Amino acid sequence: MPICLVGVCSHAPGITGRAERADPRPRETFYAALQRLRAAIEASRAQALIVIAAEHFANFFMNNMPAFAIGMADHYEGPIEDPGWLKIERRRIPGNAALSRRLIEGVLPEVDVAYAEEWKFDHGISVPLHFLTPRYDLPIIPANVNCQGPPLTPLKRAYVFGRALRRAADALPERIALIGTGGISHWPATPNSGKINEAWDREFLARWCENRPERLCAYTDADTYRDGGQGGFEIRTFIAAAGAAEGATGEVWCYEPIPIFAVGCTVGVMRI
Amino acid sequence: MSLYYVQKLLYQLNRDPEFRGRFQADTAAALNAFELTDDERAAILEADIGLLYVLGVNGQLLMHFAAFHGYEWGAYLDAMREGVRRHGPVRAGIYKMVAE
Repeated sequence: MPICLVGVCSHAPGITGRAERADPRPRETFYAALQRLRAAIEASRAQALIVIAAEHFANFFMNNMPAFAIGMADHYEGPIEDPGWLKIERRRIPGNAALSRRLIEGVLPEVDVAYAEEWKFDHGISVPLHFLTPRYDLPIIPANVNCQGPPLTPLKRAYVFGRALRRAADALPERIALIGTGGISHWPATPNSGKINEAWDREFLARWCENRPERLCAYTDADTYRDGGQGGFEIRTFIAAAGAAEGATGEVWCYEPIPIFAVGCTVGVMRI
Repeated sequence: MSLYYVQKLLYQLNRDPEFRGRFQADTAAALNAFELTDDERAAILEADIGLLYVLGVNGQLLMHFAAFHGYEWGAYLDAMREGVRRHGPVRAGIYKMVAE
């Protein structure tokens, strides 16, 4: 079936872990947009949800760092973070190994993706799921793009990865939804945490909505590091989602800079 | 300087409950499996967040090591700033402090 939804959202750990310290107005606007995305996923009647994430050393380390990976298990665990710190309880999350395998087989002719029969979710997946699949009743297919350990996955390859996932998903009988989750500009886990470059974010989101790959992938890592911080490297997840919606344009449902969450809190969808 | 192994140790501590148990039971013994300089070993044993930050430990690893040692969010950010004040700019990696 054609892929039934393509979206993006933020995943910063402060979104749940430091919720009470945020200005309520933008926080509630953001939470409402996440609920809107949850409702859209449910209305899409998706049978599985691909989450393209930018993990932070929960599974992959510099001893064996894949540019791309997809989970292939019947269940996952997470979050790895202390539940008191993240304010999300540890649990088992459903997967679908057989469906993952068919997806991976569909991606491999286009992209050399690693597969993983074990995967521990960190906040990068657990925070989105806390809002988007709160009953944990939708099988998740985690995917990862290396945004953490340089040399990083090139932006153009992230776009191609999303496109390959789309082609693979379209060829399967199941209804599959996909979200990319990452930050735009942010400087998390540094003394600059809370710094947000709103102008840069809005320019990036305009390019994301336009979805012309040449413009969307035109950022160098030096540009991104200067203007968007090391957290900005996670634009790869948004770019992969755009690749999964090639030919479509997008719309931003929410963009609210929330410093205590350390990111401009974003929800968007592609009009597929 | 064996930043790679400092980070590998923190990676395992963050994700592996079995290793976390061994680390809590006998920290010095748990460190023996890693190639660390004396300074790195001391920084981990003393949970010197500021020095580990300046050495270049990836923030996504260090953030959880700080939480593991009970640092409240603001105290954790202050510890990194204090590290830079005492030891100078971050020496490696992508989590450098920048001018506001």
